[in-house]
Amino acid sequence: MSADPYVLRVNGNDHQVPDAHLGESLLWVLRERLGLPGSKNACEEGECGSCSVQIDGELVCSCLVLAAAAVGREVTTIEGLAPDGELADVQRAFVEAGAVQCGFCTPGLLMAVDTLLDELSDDGSVPDDLTVREAISGNLCRCTGYGRILEAVSIAADIRRGESRGDLA
Amino acid sequence: MEAMSVTFARTVDDACAALAEHPGALLLAGGTDLMVGVNRGQVRFADVVVLDRVDELRGWRREGDEIVLGAGLTYAEMGRGELPALVPALAQASRTVGSPQIRNAGTLGGNVATSSPAGDTLPVLAALDATIDLRSAQGARRLAIGEFVTGVKQNALEPGELIEAVRVPVLDGPQEFLKVGTRNAMVISVVSLALVVDRSGRNVRVGLGSVSPVPLRPADAEAHIAGCIDWDTGSAPDAAAVHRFAALVAGAARPIDDHRGTAAYRSHAVGVLARRALLRAFPGGAS
Amino acid sequence: MTDVRIDETRTSERAPRIGESAPRPDGIPKVDGSFTFSSDLWHDRMLWGGTLRSPHPSARIRSIDIGPAVAVTGVHAVLTAADVPGNPAYGLEHADQPVLAADVVRYEGEPVAIVAADHPEAVRLALEAIVVDYESTVPLVDPGAAESSDPIHPDGNLIRRIHLRHGDQDVVGEVVVEGTYEVGMQDQAFLGPESGLAVPAEDGGVDLFIATQWLHVDRDQVAACLGLAPELVRLTLAGVGGAFGAREDLSLHAHLCLLALHTRRPVKMVYSREESFHGHVHRHPARMWYRHHADRAGNLLRVEARLLLDGGAYASSSGAVIANATCFAAGPYRIPSADIEGVVVRTNNPPCGAMRGFGAVQTCIGHEAQMDRLAAALDMDPVELRMRNVLASGDRLLTGQVITGTAPVAEVLRTCADHPSAAALSEDPMSLPGGAGRTADPEHVHRGEAIALGFKNLLFSEGFDDFSSALCRLEDGIATITCACAEVGQGFVTLAQQITREVLGVDDVVLTPASTATVGSAGSTSASRQTWMSGGAVQAACEEVRTTLLTRVAAEHGVDPDELVMADGRVMSLAGALDIDLASVTTEPVEADVEFHHAPTSPLDEYGQGDAHVSFAFSAHRAIVDVDRDLGLVKVVELTTSQDVGRVLNPLQAVGQLEGGAAQGVGLAVMEEVQVLDGRIRNASFTDYLVPTALDMPPVEIAALIEEPEPGAPFGAKGIGEPPSISSTAAVVAAIRAATDLELAHVPVRPTDIALAGA
Repeated sequence: MSADPYVLRVNGNDHQVPDAHLGESLLWVLRERLGLPGSKNACEEGECGSCSVQIDGELVCSCLVLAAAAVGREVTTIEGLAPDGELADVQRAFVEAGAVQCGFCTPGLLMAVDTLLDELSDDGSVPDDLTVREAISGNLCRCTGYGRILEAVSIAADIRRGESRGDLA
Repeated sequence: MEAMSVTFARTVDDACAALAEHPGALLLAGGTDLMVGVNRGQVRFADVVVLDRVDELRGWRREGDEIVLGAGLTYAEMGRGELPALVPALAQASRTVGSPQIRNAGTLGGNVATSSPAGDTLPVLAALDATIDLRSAQGARRLAIGEFVTGVKQNALEPGELIEAVRVPVLDGPQEFLKVGTRNAMVISVVSLALVVDRSGRNVRVGLGSVSPVPLRPADAEAHIAGCIDWDTGSAPDAAAVHRFAALVAGAARPIDDHRGTAAYRSHAVGVLARRALLRAFPGGAS
Repeated sequence: MTDVRIDETRTSERAPRIGESAPRPDGIPKVDGSFTFSSDLWHDRMLWGGTLRSPHPSARIRSIDIGPAVAVTGVHAVLTAADVPGNPAYGLEHADQPVLAADVVRYEGEPVAIVAADHPEAVRLALEAIVVDYESTVPLVDPGAAESSDPIHPDGNLIRRIHLRHGDQDVVGEVVVEGTYEVGMQDQAFLGPESGLAVPAEDGGVDLFIATQWLHVDRDQVAACLGLAPELVRLTLAGVGGAFGAREDLSLHAHLCLLALHTRRPVKMVYSREESFHGHVHRHPARMWYRHHADRAGNLLRVEARLLLDGGAYASSSGAVIANATCFAAGPYRIPSADIEGVVVRTNNPPCGAMRGFGAVQTCIGHEAQMDRLAAALDMDPVELRMRNVLASGDRLLTGQVITGTAPVAEVLRTCADHPSAAALSEDPMSLPGGAGRTADPEHVHRGEAIALGFKNLLFSEGFDDFSSALCRLEDGIATITCACAEVGQGFVTLAQQITREVLGVDDVVLTPASTATVGSAGSTSASRQTWMSGGAVQAACEEVRTTLLTRVAAEHGVDPDELVMADGRVMSLAGALDIDLASVTTEPVEADVEFHHAPTSPLDEYGQGDAHVSFAFSAHRAIVDVDRDLGLVKVVELTTSQDVGRVLNPLQAVGQLEGGAAQGVGLAVMEEVQVLDGRIRNASFTDYLVPTALDMPPVEIAALIEEPEPGAPFGAKGIGEPPSISSTAAVVAAIRAATDLELAHVPVRPTDIALAGA
């Protein structure tokens, strides 16, 4: 039942995937074969965003990516958001703002917010409320009602803008 | 058991050759529809041909008055750059598909190939009289969208065949896409409508979604309204004309009751969408 | 021993006390991806489990052939009802739900067989290979017909009837309004699906790592089904991805243990989302009839109501839910006379049980619609009518019970009603009804505004001996708290640390994993009870440690223990003569083990009368909505709320509860309904069971948190989890009525209810 071994590049590291079943999603392989369970499994049909990862910088649902078809792509998961061990700006903001309750949606939301802030940092613009809401509209949260999450995005956007200005100076 | 295979096609010819070699292979583009079935164990396969690295499928180009849209264009890509100005309804429809995550992965070709009555781009393609370019190892053929989609999730794609591109015209006139869902984002269409105005052709074309097994063109409504518009001045149709147009659109719908909405609601709503779309295209008309 | 690791919850570097916005101690692992949810568990040599479910809402099982499934490569076990060694059934109130169906299935999705195999695909193939010969029977799906139909279960079709009668039964008002209301089935839709890992133990027992709301009650039920002594079944809380009532009942617990004990291998099981819809109870659908009597001045005189809840196939906590619905049926108003009949019945629909608000959500929709109807009949402002009738401390409830605690209902209502609105009319189609679908232009939008008031009981009622246990150990200046309270996201872990720091004056507080193996029951994380109950237990344990320690230190130094305080990691005398590092006097650990009980309650008598409840919490919501009447689409523009909280222990977490609870209320008002047709769920997925996204949820303005300390509650704090889900739905629906002038009897309000009203 197993497919040929393949290699996935995740968070900057190459991972061998031997003995996989061909029908396994990237989400499943990350969680159950590569020891990276940070991406979450809430619906497995692309309707909740809990499994969000970046592939070549784009936000996608890893449950809808065939793992064997992600060969040659650069996959970034929540475990790779702050590779140096420090918390990333969005992670700090989520803790500070009270955006985390049960935490199941949190990794996916962080990937979505990080992607949004990356896109915006290109032109240094401040995200307006509707832009942020649309950017996270694919990430369901059942605990918070989104209020503290929006607050966290605003905090993270400030941090990131501050840092990029610092880089320029 | 036979060996399993994953083919990363680089060209359309590659993909066609792989399909010819493995006639039962899964053709994988964005994966946003297919993987749902795979995850549920409903879609099982031994071979897969991966299309997302075929550059020929990824972009779009203008050929005269026609836009050739690669089947691998994502919904997000259809909302970027110059495309929204050239085919506004397609960009509007693309923005209503799923979530940002889905729009980054899902493709135009995938939406066409899934051929769901709720496929968001299909009413737009129907209104635009789009044609579908198909390729296989045996050759190429071109079908009108109305010929391609044959039923609920059924189409004219032959084994070994793939969708290479979708051709749509560049029209002179406003375009509108409206979609009813019971949530403000990330929602399957309960009913949708695309309306495009072709000033040079002096017609208004309408595509309806989620109100019949295949995307529908309300021919009577189109014929009626084309005759009510003063094409020389472009002035808005009067209240009675708008009313009749909406009624004809609603009457053309052949909806069903399901868990997303009732047939009665769909017929009603598609009429409301028709009226609103027309008045946006011809502002200042009867309101 | 197993090598599954559930981490301790460490203190955060900052150490705020009671009343401050302490950050969650589990916040960092939750943002860096390292927090272990129940679906993240992994064990060497672990097998995967799966469940075969009935495709029929009602059928007899003629035979089950597991042979073809056993033959599938990779399969290690295929078990049926015959393999259940202990009690064949379980349940929170009555053990009426089979672990695995034996001869009858009573709802679509009922578990019939379970499988363990070495890969989920092998599990799927094995499940497909099991041959069950069903004889499908006509399902009982109309709750109105349940009592007159043949029983579908040996326990009968009536789960509970309460007929509450209060005061003079002959009262008739000068103004009488009547209405009928219907509430659909809501799903808790927590994001973390049911999942867990069972590991067989050397002693013949089993260790189960599981996401739940109440470890000990699960343990007792599972042990009985396994035929094992409770101490051989050890449950440890794995990370919980939300709960909201859906984890009060067993789901896969017994199945996992059966498979692990049978295969002698660790077994993991994770429900799919579709399975989750079949695998847990839902909020009861309700049919409600009300008649309100008032005098011309607007004083409520009498309320009559008939409440019918559909309990589905098994009892779960239906008996307690109907008690709440009945007791709180008329809302937080002073009413001298009432006749309320509450009935919950058994049908072949999906089982229903606990969800946030627990019976009070449904009736709030009814009583608040009635108050608006009455206001209209009296030509009176709806806020003024409510204000005239609100309960206050010292008033009597419909159950005859006098409110002895705080009841600042008037203040809750006034602050909410008076709060200025920030809602402007938007031009962006994305923020109009229909959102991304671009269906509305501003001229299609009608705005409506309304207010609703709600309440419910805190803690368990009707004489239940409710308690929580906690251990506190102070050693080397570090406090370690052990409590089996299920952290499901609400922030008990934060609060337990805050309480410990407050009492013991320490910064370092360690919370050990919640487990049945280390401490007594903490009771359920439900009924807005853990801040009070487990918070109270932690407080009492810490206070006992403080007393013991200070008595010892006082004796050693020859001072009066009352002269000593603990603060900033030191023991000091008030006079200042003594100032000792806490670590130095706790090299020998000081420990306390307490069980904390709340004031006792009484059962309801045959008239539904009695001091059945401990305490009450009140909330108000004002909703502003934009409605596209032609399409029946709604955008909730703004919610404003005030809530009776006793005392705020953590402002940030309080806001999170108020916003999150309101979101579930918005969902029920406009989109959330498990659609059941002929006993079958038609929308068992997140594609079709819609919960609000960030584009659906409005800003929640908190007008006031009313802080009147509640006597008997730790620090005076009331539980705050449920009220936000109670009055929010009623307010949104009322605002839609205001925008449309429609009666809108069904909740959630569906597009067709508005667009085709009168058609």
